[in-house]
Amino acid sequence: MSDALEINHSVVFVQRTGYVDFVQTLRLQGFEMCADLTAVDYLDIKDRSLPDEIEPQRFEVVVNLVSLSQKKRLRVRVQVPEDDPWIDSIFREYPGSEAMEREVFDLFGIVFRGHPDLTRILLPEGWEGHPLRKDYAPGRVPVQFKEVKSTR
Amino acid sequence: MTKGQSDLGDNQSGLDFFVKETSEGSQELLSKQLTPIEEFYLEEGYVLRVPEGDGVDLDDIDLEAIPEDETMIINMGPQHPSTHGVLRIMMELDGETILRSKPVIGYLHTGMEKTAEMLTYMQGSTNVTRMDYLSPLSNELVYSLAVESLMDVEIPPRATWIRMLMSELNRISSHVMWMATNGMDIGSTSMMIYGFRERELILAFLEKVTGLRMNHNYIRPGGVAADLPDGWYDDVAVICETIPFRVAEYQDLLTGQPIFRERVDGVGVMTQEQALALSATGPILRATGLPWDLRKTMPYLFYDQVDFDVIVGSVGDTYDRYSVRLNEILESVRIIEQIMEKLPEGEYKTLDRKVTPPPRARIDESMEALIHHFKLHTEGYRVPAGESYVAVESPRGELGCYIVSDGENRPYRMHVRAPSFVNLQSLPVMLHGGFIADAVAVISSVDPVMGEVDR
Repeated sequence: MSDALEINHSVVFVQRTGYVDFVQTLRLQGFEMCADLTAVDYLDIKDRSLPDEIEPQRFEVVVNLVSLSQKKRLRVRVQVPEDDPWIDSIFREYPGSEAMEREVFDLFGIVFRGHPDLTRILLPEGWEGHPLRKDYAPGRVPVQFKEVKSTR
Repeated sequence: MTKGQSDLGDNQSGLDFFVKETSEGSQELLSKQLTPIEEFYLEEGYVLRVPEGDGVDLDDIDLEAIPEDETMIINMGPQHPSTHGVLRIMMELDGETILRSKPVIGYLHTGMEKTAEMLTYMQGSTNVTRMDYLSPLSNELVYSLAVESLMDVEIPPRATWIRMLMSELNRISSHVMWMATNGMDIGSTSMMIYGFRERELILAFLEKVTGLRMNHNYIRPGGVAADLPDGWYDDVAVICETIPFRVAEYQDLLTGQPIFRERVDGVGVMTQEQALALSATGPILRATGLPWDLRKTMPYLFYDQVDFDVIVGSVGDTYDRYSVRLNEILESVRIIEQIMEKLPEGEYKTLDRKVTPPPRARIDESMEALIHHFKLHTEGYRVPAGESYVAVESPRGELGCYIVSDGENRPYRMHVRAPSFVNLQSLPVMLHGGFIADAVAVISSVDPVMGEVDR
């Protein structure tokens, strides 16, 4: 089953510094669309299988690119360290990644450098914390309510 | 499919006249076609932003001091009835023309991706089914496929065919529902009544099969929850007979009607290049003329064994998106008719008792069945460590599910690539330069389901 479903998928690991250049090359090679961009917080998984040259970090940004002409998918996985969580935005290559990068920023706190409007998208402005991080457990943090200032 | 007149490229001939090279480079804005694509999107509104809490006291405004050519920023929604839920759109208006706009979402955010990390794989499908509440079976399908792609479990052919049958029926009900709300937005109240009538026909059948009208939790990892009930063939035959007849009614009511055509022809045009750059999928992308349908181009289930056409538009305006959806209803009927003939006998879920519970009657007879039942419903099954992305074609576009497993009984991370969420990004491009009166028609043509947008 696994082979059948994943037949058109392949996974590529890339360093954070060469990420945008790599995506640029892929775009020129016919990956016309950025289908999905998300992140995973690997705080609780210590030993996961990665290629030797890739050093595991806490966060991983996962980008799903689609080539419509070649009918294949490619998953680009980039490691982002915990103490300095930034990655370059691919808005210039794929404008469609705009909302997805904002979502990852909102829920994981990963900063996308060069993004035109990096603000919270799902949570209210001024929310504290990033809920999809593994150390942000529901129940441990009280629900935040914001006082609404009356305009009258 | 008729061609609406697109306003792109009209300035092409006069371009040499407008663009003058000065010592500081060209001073005039380039035409739409010559603007680099990334500049174009920046210009069309990604950075339109008014911070929350900056309320303006109307008494403080000095109306005399406002220059006449100043643009106005207004909010549409989040309670506007035509926004299909709690969608708010900030629009910058120059008179009646929309310049920049920005969808503001998050009013329905309930943290479903976080919730998925708390639920076992078996409970997970009850969670995903609530995302896109108009096509819940697509959500269950993509979740189940993603879980199964990590496990070594064989799905019986009958289960796969039932999954196809149910998701195609769901596609019809979703598109019919869209026809209804779209008719309502544009002012055709009869269309709304008709659309809901047809949807009810299908929901009654889904209720008969799954027990619920919506949020079925029917497609589960390992197969489906129950076999099709007695008499399903006749019920589906009635649906297949009724729907084309009703679609012909819609054609009379809307497609040929000049008032409706005035509202949709040439409104909210989006080119193929723009749709690709903005990651738009589904009817929006196909309306621009690109035959990209995952059922055809990257077949899953048994879609490679049925015969159907991918419907495409030509100009990518609101009419094309309407037309693509309308004709997709008929293609779904074609698929369902083939499934009815091909549906084999056999099991409706895998017999691997580590994944699906045994039948209720077996529990009274067999100790092992009791143990399996107890283990599955308390602890659930474990999925081997790994990560996988699976995408299916939901009525709204590419619906993807990315699952990371750490070998435990619940997903370490589950992400849903929601088509409505991504498609909403095309709104600023579609609305740009149009009238505010057309905004309702354009928003409706994107078909956003806010439960899926905000998750």
